[in-house]
Amino acid sequence: MDAILIQILNGLDKGGAYALIALGLTLTFGTLGVVNFAHGALFMLGAFCAVSVQQLLTLSKSVKDESITFFDAYKDQPYLEIWWGDTGTAIIDYAVPISILFAIPIMLLIGVAMERGLIKHFYKRSHAEQILVTFGFAIVVQEIIKAFYGANPIPTPAPDIVSGSAAIGAMLGLSESLVYPWWRLIYLLFAGVVIFAVFAFLKYTTFGMVVRAGMADRETVSLLGINVERRFTIVFGIATVVAGLAGVMYAPILPPDYHMGMDFLVLSFVVVVVGGMGSLGGAVAAGFLLGILQSFASMNEIKSIFPGIDQIIIYLVAVVILLVRPRGLMGREGVMED
Amino acid sequence: MSTKDKSKDESRRDFLKATAATGIAASSPMFFVKDAYAGSHNMPFRNNPGSAKSVKFGFNVPQSGAYADEGADELRAYKLAVKHLNGEGDGGMMNTMKPMSLKGNGILGKKVEYVTGDTQTKSDAARASAKRMIEKDGVLMITGGSSSGVAVAVQGLCQEMGVIFMAGLTHSNDTTGKDKRRYGFRHFFNAYMSGRALGPVLKKEMGTDRKAYHLTADYTWGWTQEESIKNTTEELGWQTTAAVKTPVGAGDFSQYITPILNSGADVLILNHYGKDMINSLTQAVQFGLRDKQVNGKQFEIVVPLFSRLMAQGAGDNIKGILGTTNWNWSLKDKGSQAFVKSFGAEYGFPPSQAAHTCYVQALLYANACEQAGTFYPPQVIKALEGFNFDGMGNGPTEYRAEDHQCFKDVLVVRGNQNPSSQFDLLEIVQEVPRSQVEYPASMFGGELGPYVV
Repeated sequence: MDAILIQILNGLDKGGAYALIALGLTLTFGTLGVVNFAHGALFMLGAFCAVSVQQLLTLSKSVKDESITFFDAYKDQPYLEIWWGDTGTAIIDYAVPISILFAIPIMLLIGVAMERGLIKHFYKRSHAEQILVTFGFAIVVQEIIKAFYGANPIPTPAPDIVSGSAAIGAMLGLSESLVYPWWRLIYLLFAGVVIFAVFAFLKYTTFGMVVRAGMADRETVSLLGINVERRFTIVFGIATVVAGLAGVMYAPILPPDYHMGMDFLVLSFVVVVVGGMGSLGGAVAAGFLLGILQSFASMNEIKSIFPGIDQIIIYLVAVVILLVRPRGLMGREGVMED
Repeated sequence: MSTKDKSKDESRRDFLKATAATGIAASSPMFFVKDAYAGSHNMPFRNNPGSAKSVKFGFNVPQSGAYADEGADELRAYKLAVKHLNGEGDGGMMNTMKPMSLKGNGILGKKVEYVTGDTQTKSDAARASAKRMIEKDGVLMITGGSSSGVAVAVQGLCQEMGVIFMAGLTHSNDTTGKDKRRYGFRHFFNAYMSGRALGPVLKKEMGTDRKAYHLTADYTWGWTQEESIKNTTEELGWQTTAAVKTPVGAGDFSQYITPILNSGADVLILNHYGKDMINSLTQAVQFGLRDKQVNGKQFEIVVPLFSRLMAQGAGDNIKGILGTTNWNWSLKDKGSQAFVKSFGAEYGFPPSQAAHTCYVQALLYANACEQAGTFYPPQVIKALEGFNFDGMGNGPTEYRAEDHQCFKDVLVVRGNQNPSSQFDLLEIVQEVPRSQVEYPASMFGGELGPYVV
């Protein structure tokens, strides 16, 4: 029982990350009709916002390391610690949460600039051309990050207070072996809040209503005198912020490197395809579904029956969905079916 | 006997002697005769420098991917080795290596230059990079790599192309076992040696009644390490609860860690290296494994192949964890100290074990050329085979002729609980003597292949 509970929790945790990344991707496709292969790069940029803030907070003075006698070695002492002692240390410890505040405006700016400078020129072009240009853009972004930050992953830890694990089993009166890392629980909660906020924004605001109307029938909304394009630019910005926030919060789970976006790109596309291109609900549902399936497929009992299933389960589901229901689980009729 | 008869007799004797000597020489395989190819600069071989004033090495290291940290340090060590070979800097281990034929004027009077390539920690990319360096850059020797999959792939290519490959960090038994090649040489230790070295320490510290759970990188190195450690722990009386393969570069290992929590295992053995090991260990600690009590015992984590770079990346999570390493900068022998001093002065921090093995490999190859008096690969190979040396950081060492594996002392280390400096991350638990980790050359099979290709 414990084993199943913990796999469900792990699936939800993974699913939260998949859903959050796929949400922005499907939002872009649903509103602008653009297949954005640079979405993974935006996720990576978010993670590097956390890295940058951490590096900014740990700007250091080089101090000679007296314990090394073989050669002249220096160790770094952050200015914040020199100036403010324990308070400085505490600020550095909270680098990741602090970076959320920086990531929102930065990612919004990147999103709007990207849409105005690049994406808008490809609205009327074929999906193949959109894929090529956005993929090329992703590679450029990736190489820029590599040039500035190097190729190695950069550890970006969560605050000390949430670096351990929560004794969920003991809290719920179940087995004591049921534990789960605090930061992953926070990520799951964070994913839930962001997903809810995006849905609420689209459902309960006038802006969201126009966007939804534009997604359903862009031409009619334009004929009513509404500037749909401007709203869609903002939507692209929001999608970028969502991807960026997913990246910031993922940094303590996986030390960021320049390539992490590509690793998630394929996965997020599979989630979007399974959920249905352009379907926000589909992306969220597929994210959690695939997360849970992947987690269960990694159980030794399952792998003893189907060896290697943990590494192919997501793609297997995608193949089956594409064969049986090409529009995806919750996709609109006619989308990606021809 | 008349003078005439005597001179006739001497002449016949001389003729018989000369005939016998010629017959013996002709019936001996060329490569058993010392200096058979001396002055063999005329023998055709790939990338023969001829009368050029310089020779070129190809440093094929991971500059991206899971082992990029190791790759960066390997490159630093190679650049330092080139400096020392060309007579620049303080000479490093060239002052301590014995026997030493190098003179600090390059190799055979030719200046050493180099080109670099990125293996990306992928076999196909590594082969493509090595091929480019051989065909376009004209390198005489390829060296590097921080992955056994890469080492095996590049070694095979080098055998086909007749270029010597001095492997960097590769720990799989296969590299000098079933996949060994005449043109490939490994200074680094292997998974079998890790198991033999670690066994007695595990028994002493954790007892004989343990249940082990393996997480294993799914490629040649992971498989052989898992097998070697399993054999060792099962000999101690431990049970193996499960051995789970994980993809290289998985990033998030949580779905592989959660099943451990309820598996009944009380030891986790991480057959991961580099970035994978940093991630899996960090995540295992986040999941509370080190705080667990299972079967009435403290849950333990073992990392059979350790390095200081990994310890740096894993931070506090590494403290108290046992493993093995080929070399550590804190060793007190003259060779290690000379290298650490030289590397530290150049870069401001001590070298890793990856840097050490690569530096040593570059020097060993250069020394073999100098000793052979030629760059002709079969003759250089012959000089390396069975070569006994000292002063390179691991005590007296032998490049075994039968499988091109170096045999030397192995270190059992533990993540330092109370480091005295930012680099003092590994505490040496035991220097395991070479005799404890030796094995017959036939144990892992394989064929070296021909000298001339």
